[in-house]
Amino acid sequence: MSRSYETVLQSLLERDPRLLVLTAENRAAIRRLPERLGSRFIDTGIAEQTLIGMSAGLALRGRIPVAHALAAFLTMRPFEFIRTDVGIAELPVKLVGGVAGVLSEANGPTHQAIEDVALMRGIPHMRVFCPADLEDLLLGLEAILPAPWPCYIRYIDRPAVIRHAPDFVIGKSEVVSQGTDVGILVYGALFREAFEATQLLMQAGLSVRLVNLRMLKPLDEMTVLETALTTRLVATVEDHFTTGGLFTILAELLLRHGLTARVLPIGFPGRWFTPALLPDVLRVEGLTSPEIARRITATLDALPSH
Amino acid sequence: MPLLSLEELPGFAHRVRGHVVRMATGGGCFLGASLSCADLVAHLYGRVLRVDPARPTDPARDYLLLSKGHDVPALYATLAELGFFAASRLRRHLSPDDALYWHPNRRIPGVEFHSGSLGHLLSVGMGIAYDIRLAGGDSRVVVLLGDGELNEGSIWEGLLVANALHLGNLLLLIDRNGFQANMPTESLIPLEPLEAKLLAFGCHTRRVDGHDFGALERLFAGLPRRGSEPVAVIADTVRGKGLPSIEARAERWFCNFSALEVEELLQELEGAAPARLTSEALVVR
Repeated sequence: MSRSYETVLQSLLERDPRLLVLTAENRAAIRRLPERLGSRFIDTGIAEQTLIGMSAGLALRGRIPVAHALAAFLTMRPFEFIRTDVGIAELPVKLVGGVAGVLSEANGPTHQAIEDVALMRGIPHMRVFCPADLEDLLLGLEAILPAPWPCYIRYIDRPAVIRHAPDFVIGKSEVVSQGTDVGILVYGALFREAFEATQLLMQAGLSVRLVNLRMLKPLDEMTVLETALTTRLVATVEDHFTTGGLFTILAELLLRHGLTARVLPIGFPGRWFTPALLPDVLRVEGLTSPEIARRITATLDALPSH
Repeated sequence: MPLLSLEELPGFAHRVRGHVVRMATGGGCFLGASLSCADLVAHLYGRVLRVDPARPTDPARDYLLLSKGHDVPALYATLAELGFFAASRLRRHLSPDDALYWHPNRRIPGVEFHSGSLGHLLSVGMGIAYDIRLAGGDSRVVVLLGDGELNEGSIWEGLLVANALHLGNLLLLIDRNGFQANMPTESLIPLEPLEAKLLAFGCHTRRVDGHDFGALERLFAGLPRRGSEPVAVIADTVRGKGLPSIEARAERWFCNFSALEVEELLQELEGAAPARLTSEALVVR
């Protein structure tokens, strides 16, 4: 049996009797689990408030519910249930949001979860895990699912373009390449584009530090600060509003330490993206690897020489 | 073994009301709702719920979830009277040094979960009920809901799911005092025919006088601890019950009385003439 989200989740459930799987009728990633899990699988139907409330109740009894829905409906429709029932009580509910960011493709703005990170990280005690691809997701699951705190997981099934560092540590990022001209901070689905942009920039003779953040909360503050302090330009690359996501997180971190940096925020500046198939979304929104590389080069070129 | 005999209940509920009235000063409390559900809470803890004040987190206990939450003075008073915590602690109502504030929270022994945002604890209770069944237990989960709270869509969504999951160890108890914050429920968002609605949502539905301990006793005796479907009990109650000067007066929802008014209300509770209430009625919503 090949390693998939479903098989890894199932094997974790077999080892940990506290784990249960819930969904608000979104079964895309867990299609075989209902028959395999029996009563440890609960489908609430299209009822996200009930999904979260039930998860809180199950967690009060010592269970660790892993609740699934599309990211837009998981994080927004029942936001107050997450904040009030899961957040205030610090219950170890795991929230798995599908088709977040650009992965909603042609669904349109109703389905675009590009404020999910801002919302989830704003809840005290909530952790936020945004893996770069399927392999990264599976590496993180083992550490995150049994943990005694709530966590939002931005589900992703894009295949990996690199072999990830296998040692997944909560709150630690993955430094993919070292460099001093530009530091690229990235999470989630745009990792592939950021990685390919890094290769293009390197081919053009630039030295690039690429960081796959993995978790946005807790943040690997040391690595992020180091990136800001050792490079001429930091690019934050995210399929999220530039408000409340990585750009904001970086700004908060720098200000808290009395620091500043040249930052190029790449993301969605206060508008929803054009609905289309993924390659077209990336092209139209300027998120392909050549375009990311071009924007970084242009910004570097415009910097005053030192 | 029930914690109280049926004969003890009227006196017990009377003491609970006294505590509630004493909490309606120095910042005040939601007096009307606390008095409408006082008999229900007293009856549940005294006669129905399998709970032990010495072991409030026993996994085999029954659960009461106070969903509307602002009626928590009745719960504080009941838990204190039964020895979940010292009754002297009630004097620290609203003190920053304690946790007896306007809505329930788990720092109070016997309080299962925090509430106050309406429409939450049905689904939380469903999660608890589901896990009890999964673990093979026979505990029961009672969710005490306000009637105004039934405006929330999450209640009806939850009922659809509770029915689908056959949560027969779940009991909704609706404190049907007829009022929401500003007005009678029927003049804002009509709920009736409420029994028909609950029946249509798949609940085994009963209606009872929420101040008649004998009727409550008969009703609960006739309900299985675990049936095949969720149970809904509509308890017709009177807001402010026990205090004619408060009963059925929409503007007396949240009350913060002077010490003198509280004294007169306590005498009114003992059968004296209605208190002369001169402090301004408060509008909090």
